[in-house]
Parts: sequence; C-alpha cells; structure tokens
Amino acid sequence: MTKDIRISRGATINIKGSAEKILTDITSLRSCAIKPENFFNFTPKMLVKEGAKVSIGTPICFEKNDSRIIFVSPVSGTLSKIIRGDRRKILEIVIEPDFSNKKISHKVENTDSLSPEKIKNFLLKTGSWPFIRQRPFNVLADPDIIPKAIHISAISSAPLGVDYDFILKNNKKDFQSGINILNTLVPGNVNLFIDKDFEGFFSKIKNANIFRVSGPHPSGNVSVQIQKTNPINIGEKVWVISPEDIVNIAILFSTGVYSCKRTIAVSGSPVSNPQYFKTTIGSDLFSMLKKLNIDSSTQNRYINGDVFSGIEVQKDSHIDFYNNLVSIIPEGNKHRFFGWLPFFHNKIPSLSRTSLSWIFGSKGYKVDTNMNGEERALVVTGEMEKVFPMDIYPMQLIKACMAGDIEKMEGLGIYEVIPEDFGLIDYSNTSKIEAQEIIKEGIELMIKEIA
Amino acid sequence: MKFLRRKLDDLRYPFRKGGKWEKFAPAINAFDTFLFVPNHTTHKGSHIRDSVDLKRTMSTVIIALLPALIYGIYNSGYQYYSQLDTPFTFLDAFIHGSWKILPMVFVSYFVGLTIEFIFAVYRGHEVNEGYLVTGLLIPMIMPIDIPLWMVAISVAFSVVIAKEAFGGTGMNILNPALTARAFAFFAYPTYMSGNKVWVSEASNVDAISGETILGSLAAGEEIKYSVAEMFYGSIPGSIAETSVLYILVGAVILIFTGVGSWRIMLSGILGASLVGYLFNLWGANPLMSFSWINHLLVGGFAFGIVFMATDPVTATQTNKGKWIYGFLIGVFCILIRVFNPAYPEGVFLAILLMNVFAPTIDHYIIESNIKRRRKRWNQNLPKII
Repeated sequence: MTKDIRISRGATINIKGSAEKILTDITSLRSCAIKPENFFNFTPKMLVKEGAKVSIGTPICFEKNDSRIIFVSPVSGTLSKIIRGDRRKILEIVIEPDFSNKKISHKVENTDSLSPEKIKNFLLKTGSWPFIRQRPFNVLADPDIIPKAIHISAISSAPLGVDYDFILKNNKKDFQSGINILNTLVPGNVNLFIDKDFEGFFSKIKNANIFRVSGPHPSGNVSVQIQKTNPINIGEKVWVISPEDIVNIAILFSTGVYSCKRTIAVSGSPVSNPQYFKTTIGSDLFSMLKKLNIDSSTQNRYINGDVFSGIEVQKDSHIDFYNNLVSIIPEGNKHRFFGWLPFFHNKIPSLSRTSLSWIFGSKGYKVDTNMNGEERALVVTGEMEKVFPMDIYPMQLIKACMAGDIEKMEGLGIYEVIPEDFGLIDYSNTSKIEAQEIIKEGIELMIKEIA
Repeated sequence: MKFLRRKLDDLRYPFRKGGKWEKFAPAINAFDTFLFVPNHTTHKGSHIRDSVDLKRTMSTVIIALLPALIYGIYNSGYQYYSQLDTPFTFLDAFIHGSWKILPMVFVSYFVGLTIEFIFAVYRGHEVNEGYLVTGLLIPMIMPIDIPLWMVAISVAFSVVIAKEAFGGTGMNILNPALTARAFAFFAYPTYMSGNKVWVSEASNVDAISGETILGSLAAGEEIKYSVAEMFYGSIPGSIAETSVLYILVGAVILIFTGVGSWRIMLSGILGASLVGYLFNLWGANPLMSFSWINHLLVGGFAFGIVFMATDPVTATQTNKGKWIYGFLIGVFCILIRVFNPAYPEGVFLAILLMNVFAPTIDHYIIESNIKRRRKRWNQNLPKII
C-alpha cells in the first residue's frame, strides 16, 4: 500500500554546511559510551564494575523497573570509568576498546519460524531492545505488549538533515529483512514514511505500508506522521524505530551478534568538509572530528542531533544512541547594536516578516547560538500554529503543561507529542519560550502521575 | 560601538548578581537591551533562534502607527486653522498639532514606563516592551484638548488596574490603551464627548465647531464632509483616528509583517458592513440610513479594527476564534453607534466588550478540539468482552 501525505504548515530552514555524500569508516575508536540520558525516563542499574573486561554484547546495565531490558557493550575492551553527576546519577559509562573484537554470539533463530514472542525475547536477550522506542512519551518499549503499529521515518527534515538512502545504501537487503521481522511482530502494521521528492530504494520495500510525505519540516518527525495516518488514542502504544536500527536488528537476526552500527553525518558551517562516518553507537566524537577541517577561529557548539532538538556535547564526549547527525555551529555570544530594529540584521534566518531574511536564504544561512532577544511573556498569538502541522493547539498545550493540569494536557494531545515536535516553536516564537523544556517537564509529570 | 559597550558593562557592574543594586537590574537591563541585543546564547531547547523578539514586533507596530500619527498631528492643526478661516501653511498646521500632541505622548510614556519599571523591579522580571505601543496609542485616541494631567491619570489607571493588577504584559484581559480611554471617557465626560472637544481650541474659540460626523448625525444635522474627506481624514475626531488612508498604510505593514492579524481585520470589516447594510435597508433614522461604507470610514472604526482589535493579548488566541471575535466587534460597533447615539465611539466599546468575551470564545474552540479527541478515543476503545 502506498499513500501520499502532505504537510502544509512548518518551515524548512536551509543552513550552510550539509554533509557531502562521502562515507569514511572509523576503525580506531578512542572510547565508546552508553549514556543513560539518551533514554527518556530510564534509570540504569549496573551489572559490571569499573575495570571489568567486556566483549561486544556483554550486558553492562539494566533498566531499574524491568530487569529484562539490558544494555550491552558496543565494543570489546575495558569498562574504564563511570562518569556520575549530581546525586551519583550515571551520565556516561565509558568503555575503552581493545580492538580484539571479542563478541558474544547467540543461537540464531530460524527466520521462518519466528513468532512475536520469540522476536521480543531475542531482542531482549541480545540487548537490542533499546532500539525500540514507544509512544506516547518516547520511552523504552514495554516488552509485555504488542503495539498497535510500528512507525519508521526515513525522512530527516530538520536543518542539515541526513539522507537515509545514502546511509543505508549498502544494507538494502538487511533493511528489507528487518522490515520482514517487524511485520511478523505486527502483521500489516509496519508503517514506513518516505520522502515524496526523494524516495530512494525505500519505495521498493515490501511488507510495509509506505507513506510518501511531502512538505516542510517537521514532516520528518514521527509524531506528525503518526497523527496524519493513525493518531494515538488514550491507552494505545506504538513503537518507533529509526531506519539504521532496522538494519541493526536484521544483522542481529542473521548473525546472532549484537549489531550497533551507526552512520553519522558531521555537518555545519564551521566544517569545511562535512561528511558521513561509519562508526559504532556511542563512539567518541574526537575520532571523527580529527578527520575534518573545523574552523577554530570561533568558539563552536557541538550538538548531538539537529540544531532544533539536539543536545549540546563537549568535543571530547560521545555520540548519542539514536541520532545520525552531529551539528556544529558557531557560538553567538556577541552583542548586536540596535539588533532589534525591524528589517535590519537580515542574515539571521527568520520566519517572521519583520526581517528581510527571506530574500537572502537561497544559498543557505549561517546560524549561531545567540538567543536574539530575551524571554518575555507570551504576547504574539498564531505564530506557533504556523509551524505546527498537527491537530493540536500548541500554545494551549504549553500553557496546560506550565500549569500542570493533567486533564487538560490529556485532552489537548500530550500523548501525541514529544519535545522534539516543539523544536520549531522554540526556534520561531517571539517570546523566546522554552517550549521543548516545558513539554518535557509536562511529559515527566504525566509519567509520574499516571504510572 | 566597542567603547559604548565597555562603558555599559562598567555601568552594569553594580547591578550584577550579588551586586549592590542587583534588585534594580531590570531597570538597567531595559536600557542596555535597547541599545544592544544581549549576547545570551541558548542553553536548552533549540540551539538556534529566530531574529524576531518582542522588541522587534513592538517596534514594527510603532512603525505602522507613525503614518497615522504624523497625519493626526497635521490634521489637528488643519482643523483648527481651516475652521478659523485664516490662511496657513502645512508647517503651521504641523507645528500647531505638535505643540499639543507631543507633550501628550511624552506624558503618556513617562507615566506609563515609570509604573512599568517599578513593577518590573518589584516583581523581579524584565521590563516588557508592550507599553511602547500602548504608550503611543493612548494619546492617539484622545481628543486634542484633553489636559495633560488627565492623560497622566488615565495612563496610570490603565497600567495599574487593567494591566499590572492582572499580572502584567500578556496577562491582561482588557486592552490597556482602550481602558485608558474608557477611564477618561467616564471620569471626565465633558472633556471626552460633545461637540466642543474634537477640534483644537473649540471650547475656547466660538468660531470653531468641534462636531464630529457621527455627532452631527445623532443630532439630526447635515453632514458637512464628503466621502473623500472621510477617507483622507480631514475631519474632526480623536487625534490620529481620522485618516483611513494612513491607517490602511499601517494595516498593510501589520499584515505584511504578520504582526497584526488579517483575520480580525477582515472579519471586523465584514461584520460592520453586514450590520451597516442591514440598517441601511431598515433606515429608520439618519444613523441607520448612513451608508454602510461611510460607517467604515468614520468614528475611528478603521483605527480600532486595525490597531486595537488586533492586540494579540486581549484578542482571541485561536485562528477560528479570531474570525468570530473580529466579526462580532464589527457587529457590536455599528449596533452601539446606531442604538445609542450618545456613544458614537461604538468601536472602542465594542472592542472592550469583545475583550471580555475573547477567553470564552477560545474556550469553546479549544473544548471542541478536546471533545473531538475524546470522541476519537471512545471510538477506538479496546473491545472488552
């Protein structure tokens, strides 16, 4: 089945420094890390101690509330340190590779005799369960349920977005067999969302409902796609998997070894040769950055993910679990003389017509991290709706979250959104409201109150 | 610029966190951020931000107001000199108007901003830019001869009671500028209505009649002005509301920049036209038979619908709500004018009335969204046997 979806509201911002289609293999990592904060509402319990020798697939920690969900080592080597933050919260579990590639192999199941229970058990036992995220709230999936559907977005519409067709070009068969496995789990309910203007090999995928999406960002966000096709109702659960993890799951099922390949695009205006790297989930940033020419005359910000909803990291840190993108943009800690004058400073991209930036956008904007103003009371109305293509009143939902009004939040659609859907609102709103933060706090409140 | 920046940083030093004058930081911040957009960078949420901020939005409104204000200044002098029948130049008229109006603008900003600064320091938040627009709007909708102390008291009343009492910018129910006018209207009626207040010096000089068009209609007199004059604005009225032409220039700026809601403007015009047209058909008195097109041109309707009704804080917040809100303002404006000729200022009363009902309109629209969602949930409830 193929269907078209058109997203009309939103905005695509063309930023300088998109990655070239060059793929470099990273063979020698400095270190690799599991970062518990990559998983929403996750509290890790350690299974091994600092200094322990681990192989690929050795269980490292598990989820406090469900010991079946384990996290395994992506490389073989030594667990060198556990970095902790306030109240001994685990921030990073760092593993130093020894390049011996010792691995734990599991008995491969025959793909023809797979049942949903067998699939789930195999994913859990091999530590591949975290590849699956569950909506509402984007948490680790619940192994006890069969979801209503599984959604896969092969579109990256955010600025500096990656090209999944390019990332998966050598794994087309694996992708198909991954889809087949998922289709055994939820027969007929695997939904694959692809870019209408650039379908790539995805349009030929079988055993999935294919939706061809067109329109501006956030058309690549799964929440938007779900709402346009089969919105989440109260009590319903759906699963979301990113395209590269489908391949990881397929490789796991064919080899019996935990697969954690990750292709990362490192891009942004300070990088003169932005490109893709093939590496391992959680690998260190430095091993990629040293292969690039990065303008160091300015202070730069390194972001795991896109510029709207990514997470700031230090240069010597590690990549996150799910994203395929590292964005680098200059810091904007500069004053601008009379910078608030309308129709001046038009080089800064703006969705508002109080700036003439819409004339200068064709070659791509150079952005920085300046706030371009200060936080103010919510005054302007209607601007959030312009960039929010879902059947939800964003400003009212934000206000309900601020007030902590659970019933209102439910009614206004909190189950259908995750913070990243509010990235454009963060970016474009006049009052500089931290919408993503507010929604995140609202979701945390929901989880606390409802569980 | 670097020199200025250094000076400012020196000046700010005692206001830093933990500094001697930390409490008064909002005051110095207001001046500093006026000169320089601060060097703050993003810490959470989106890493990049739009260049638009409240200062930019509010200054766009001020730019949109300027054509009407400048014409209003000229028209004040023009009305005065032309009724006196003395020869005068453009400059004479402009200077006459400036002498009357600029002090009002100054008083309005001085009183209003002082109160805003006090509240900002007291509450420990930054000074919001909303008053920059309100402070200019208030003198623009006052009669030319209103004493400055009345302007001051009206401003103080509106900022304290209509705005800060509700929690400041973004929280108020009533449009502060219209509240100021309503306060003056009911507190000092002799200065705010009648046939002696709408032209400069009309109450002192017998040769000058300050009658407005709607005033003449209510009194059953002939109108002395042509439709063209109503459109260009060379008629008596509040300071800057007479010229539909220059208000339209402002409207174009507001709509193009997206700062003002075209939905409210358009639906307001539709509402007023419809009711005006129906009254034309009825035609029981001169106000009813006053052509519906002319209704749109006089009595500050254009100014109200372009600059007052579109105030995003007091208007409805949903797009659907904006259609209803604007339409009803148009309807009530003409109804008030026709059924109560003592209040030719129908538009300002209509907007204040709808300000009160705006949250209700939004409530029903949002409830319908919630109901729709709950209905979808109920249809998809898992079947329990």
